[in-house]
Amino acid sequence: MALGTSKRLTLGPVLFNWPVETWRDFYYRVADEAPVDRVYIGEVVCSKRAPLFRTCLPDVVDRLRNAGKEIVFSTLAEVVSGTDRKCLESVACAGDILIEANDMSALWHLDGNPFIAGPYLNVYNEDTLEFLAGKGAVHVTLPPELPRSAIAALIEKAGELKLTLEVQVHGRMPLALSARCYHARAHGLNRDSCRYVCDRDPDGMLLRTLDGKPFLVINGVQTLSYTCLNLVQEMNALADVGVDAFRISPQSSGTVEAARIFHCCLKGQMTADEALIRLGETEFDAPFANGFHHGAEGHHWRSAATVV
Amino acid sequence: MHRPELVCPAGTPAGLHAAVDAGADAVYCGFQGPTNARNFPGLNFSPREMEQAVTYAHDRGTKVLAAINSFPPAGQMAAWKRAVDDAVRFGMDAVIVADIGVAAYTARMHPDQRLHLSVQAGASSPEAINFYCREFGVRRVVLPRILTVAEIKGIHAQIPCEIEAFIFGNIGMMAEGRCSLSAYATGQSTNMDGVCSPASHVHYLQDEGGNLKSLLGEFTIDCFTCDESAGYPTICKGRYDTEIRTGYYAFEEPVSLNLTPLLPELMRAGVTALKIEGRQRSRAYVAAVVAAFRKAVDACMENRVPDMAGLIALTEGHRETQGAFGGRKWR
Repeated sequence: MALGTSKRLTLGPVLFNWPVETWRDFYYRVADEAPVDRVYIGEVVCSKRAPLFRTCLPDVVDRLRNAGKEIVFSTLAEVVSGTDRKCLESVACAGDILIEANDMSALWHLDGNPFIAGPYLNVYNEDTLEFLAGKGAVHVTLPPELPRSAIAALIEKAGELKLTLEVQVHGRMPLALSARCYHARAHGLNRDSCRYVCDRDPDGMLLRTLDGKPFLVINGVQTLSYTCLNLVQEMNALADVGVDAFRISPQSSGTVEAARIFHCCLKGQMTADEALIRLGETEFDAPFANGFHHGAEGHHWRSAATVV
Repeated sequence: MHRPELVCPAGTPAGLHAAVDAGADAVYCGFQGPTNARNFPGLNFSPREMEQAVTYAHDRGTKVLAAINSFPPAGQMAAWKRAVDDAVRFGMDAVIVADIGVAAYTARMHPDQRLHLSVQAGASSPEAINFYCREFGVRRVVLPRILTVAEIKGIHAQIPCEIEAFIFGNIGMMAEGRCSLSAYATGQSTNMDGVCSPASHVHYLQDEGGNLKSLLGEFTIDCFTCDESAGYPTICKGRYDTEIRTGYYAFEEPVSLNLTPLLPELMRAGVTALKIEGRQRSRAYVAAVVAAFRKAVDACMENRVPDMAGLIALTEGHRETQGAFGGRKWR
């Protein structure tokens, strides 16, 4: 049982383009109310957005630090253009702060300094883990599609290498990246002339199949699941076998509540069954999924009765 | 101008013979199973077939490149390592890798083996490419299909290795090696299982009016009226609805990449090798495409305008694009 262990709850970077005041207030609320140990912060999806919240970043970081949160800067997940490269360099070379690297470009800049490997780095196996440990990785967040059989095999290796692992347990799952902006495309624009239309959909723009079934959401150059990943039933088993940290990925509503519920569950103050009911009552309204974890279709949901 | 190598697909031994005979400078192929990114039933080579294929190609002066470019999940590395060992043992001219673990293994165990970085590694900046070159001695990078020719030229000046670029065939819209869309719908991972939109999960449903729906798993990817020809359900080429737009290709239309008009420009940009997609294609298709590009590359080298009209008929749905290569507006 995970009771009394030092397992950590983390908050992933905000993936969506929120108005700067919303973005700032979200982190202020996290500082005040969310029982997370570590907060990943920074623009991961689109380098064009990075300047939008730069002005209030120092205040947000101060507020989170004062609340006792550990801060990690997340880097851009897809680095192509000159703007992308500058954006990455400014974060990766910041110096005194821990970086979550989401593209191999970041490793070039990090040059052997300690870092966290982010979920976009394609860490699938022991050999990759070993190589990254040799380059300074101290902690690795695994890709959402990795099944638990592979996670179990990685834990053993991580122990040998003295690095820790993190798994996303809540929030929409990042599924794909592209050079093309699909928000701009939907609005008849292109990425260079985008007018930042991605700010209209705080949880992504819903894509339905032609017969009306919700399928995916578009977030600029990123595509995410329509469903909300929920590993509350599996989390304590993962903690028991050695996963160190559990990530909540921010949505525009229900995120602080989700953090509280996962925190209670992790501390043994709430059963998974109760947590599941409470998570279903939060304001963020998307069906749960945990299929990837069980080696199945990512959108599938297995309830506790079938989860062992 | 440097004479570029024409790198052609070979999904089967027969396909390899066709590509070699049609004038390929190099062919690329994979072993059966999940170790390569085209893991389809009936495709790819057994170790014995691979060994024979290498002999056939080498006897005719053609190189053979081993695509071992998927991502082994933890606990299953052995199959990928065996594939690398076999490729080296058979004298294959390069091993094309995407996974860091596979790259590290190859560089450590077979330091003299020529290593290419697969498009699946998604190395899209000079920094990322330089990192792979420094760490694993990568000699050639297959560039993501998301770059413009101008960007390719810029990268060429900043990296120590050769560049291979896709010029023709089916292109996905997502950054290679970073797409779980198919896995989300089917449970089979493009990265780990080497398959996108597996046929086992494809269905077509016809309604009373004769309209046809194509599905991947439980999701409708497109609907076709009687007068439209139905396409294969690939998520990034399907039609969807949003609040602001209905029945549109949210990612990309079902077009095929054709960079023939850009060939001279690509060659001037410093591209060492031109790659044709299509290991899943028929032997006849491969022979026709390879022969056409053989002539085109030779024409470019002699400063003649290549005649590629016949190739258009071979493109998917008879429509083609220059994709990202043509310029930034595509994005």
